[in-house]
Amino acid sequence: MPEPSPVPDARIAVDCHGIVKQFGEGPRALRALDNVSVAIRENEFFTLLGPSGCGKTTLLRMIAGFEYPTEGTIRLHGEDIAGLPPFKRPINTVFQSYALFPHLTVWENVAFGLQMLGWAKGKIEARVAEMLKLVHMEELAQRRTDQISGGQAQRVALARALAPAPKVLLLDEPLSALDYKLRKEMQIELKRMQSETGITFIFVTHDQEEALTMSDRIAVMSKGRVLQVGTPWDIYDKPAERFVADFIGETNFLSAAMVGIEEGVARVRLPSGIEISASLAEGYRPAGEATVVVRPEHARMVTTGGQLSGVVENIVYFGTDTHIHVKLDQGSTFMVRQQNSRSKSCGASVGDRVGIDIAPDAAQVLRD
Amino acid sequence: MAKPRFDIRVQPGFGTVALFTFAMLYLPIATLVVYAFNASDSLSSWGGFSLHWFYEAAENQAVQDAAWRSLIIAVSAATMATIAATMAALATTRTPPYPGLSFKYAFINLPLMVPEIVTAVALLIVFAKVKVWTGYSGLGYLILAHTAFCIPFAYLPIRARLEGMDQSLERAAADLYAPPWQVFRRVTLPLLRPGIIAGFMLAFVISLDDVVISEFVKSGGQDTLPTYMLGQLRRAVTPEINAIAAAFLVLSVALVTVFFFINRKKA
Repeated sequence: MPEPSPVPDARIAVDCHGIVKQFGEGPRALRALDNVSVAIRENEFFTLLGPSGCGKTTLLRMIAGFEYPTEGTIRLHGEDIAGLPPFKRPINTVFQSYALFPHLTVWENVAFGLQMLGWAKGKIEARVAEMLKLVHMEELAQRRTDQISGGQAQRVALARALAPAPKVLLLDEPLSALDYKLRKEMQIELKRMQSETGITFIFVTHDQEEALTMSDRIAVMSKGRVLQVGTPWDIYDKPAERFVADFIGETNFLSAAMVGIEEGVARVRLPSGIEISASLAEGYRPAGEATVVVRPEHARMVTTGGQLSGVVENIVYFGTDTHIHVKLDQGSTFMVRQQNSRSKSCGASVGDRVGIDIAPDAAQVLRD
Repeated sequence: MAKPRFDIRVQPGFGTVALFTFAMLYLPIATLVVYAFNASDSLSSWGGFSLHWFYEAAENQAVQDAAWRSLIIAVSAATMATIAATMAALATTRTPPYPGLSFKYAFINLPLMVPEIVTAVALLIVFAKVKVWTGYSGLGYLILAHTAFCIPFAYLPIRARLEGMDQSLERAAADLYAPPWQVFRRVTLPLLRPGIIAGFMLAFVISLDDVVISEFVKSGGQDTLPTYMLGQLRRAVTPEINAIAAAFLVLSVALVTVFFFINRKKA
């Protein structure tokens, strides 16, 4: 896949540059964000992904204006907004707790931002009606917010944030309070609204599956730093670091020895003594020991031969597929994911000796 | 389910202690109220049912004046105390924690711990000087004194309400283009209202009820209802005092009941 071509500055919606956020001072100071730079493009569904405490919410709150960076600049369409209070930023937020005003009706909640912007009455009425229709809440306009369900509250929060037609919409783990089915529905709904409104969405989540299915691009964060920015495909198939590979999906790590590099492709020797090809990040030329990653679905269990061999330790059934954990002869455990079919079982049982075949081009040398 | 060996609710003598305590609390009050309806002049011998003493009290100019004065002081002091307490509560809950904040809490609540008689004497001395300098001797002193000791009472429910409030609501308002004043007016204040009403009523009742500070601070002819009653007890006592006390009791109970229902609703 070709590298994304550099995008001219005019198409950057939010440009965070060199952001540092430090809480406290001296030896007990905590760096919540450590020199973070991300450029979020216009009309993009951009996700900040990472475990709790990685700084993703702090960065979001900074873009909203609830926190101010210790260092660095935040530009919105080229204009520095780092010093502006939240009410002067054309950016709206969907809060994790929804934060609907409990003393106002659904209608009044959605109208709030428009009233604050001083819109004319008729215009407000038309816009609120339009927004409530977008989120399928027309019928409940006069309800109090404590008389609606969690899923409905979520929709109202969305309508309220979208009503003033912000340049950027921030979403702080908005789906985490919903049950599985509703969450899946809302993921699709959110995607639809993003493409219908053409607004830049910045989405915060710790759920890697949610990030992969919804985003145009993802920034993976850990310990206050951005480790990798890329499309879901990039992040999943070309993880730049061990943390990214480990955090996104499931991965097998194999320690291997570098044999040589030819035309950007590495030859590595696996613990079993067998040599295979593995892709390399551009410009990365490791020597000696290296870590190779293989996704479980890019390996196949075979009864004879295979590049690796071991004993089946555990078989876990997942409905659509089965995970087979193989204890390798060299000690580590390797997981193979196999699609289930109606006609046959996974073809092995616990205790069987099996081989593992790694698909061509599946292995990748990790930058450590 | 097997019966637990130890149950905190079943203790020997529990019922007796409870009964005794309630009797000590409410029998004197009940007696006082019953004798407010006594037809005779006596506080101890029953002379038949009558509303005579209520009429007597209502027509007594001194009682009327004292009641009116009490009401003016209580309304003014409770209003000022509530405004001050609201501002104090906002200032102590809507800032990031900083060193000295807990000292501030203690400082605001200190009047609850200072013996009232100490405050009373202190105010007496200060106001005596001020009266000489300014020549003013109106109700202002009483109102100021009451405001001062009412602030912590108003502060407590308001602060509790502010601390219980989801702060993301205020953030959401700011996010939706509301400048700070509008955030306060459109979101904080409406959600704070039950706390403010509770604080006001608590302050009102506390002010209405005060004897010690009023007794020390008042100038001549500035009796409030409680100080008037205290004065009457030194002279010939008639069931008129029972009638005033009964009316006072009803007012206080009514206020506290309203306070309770406001607090329960939307808590």
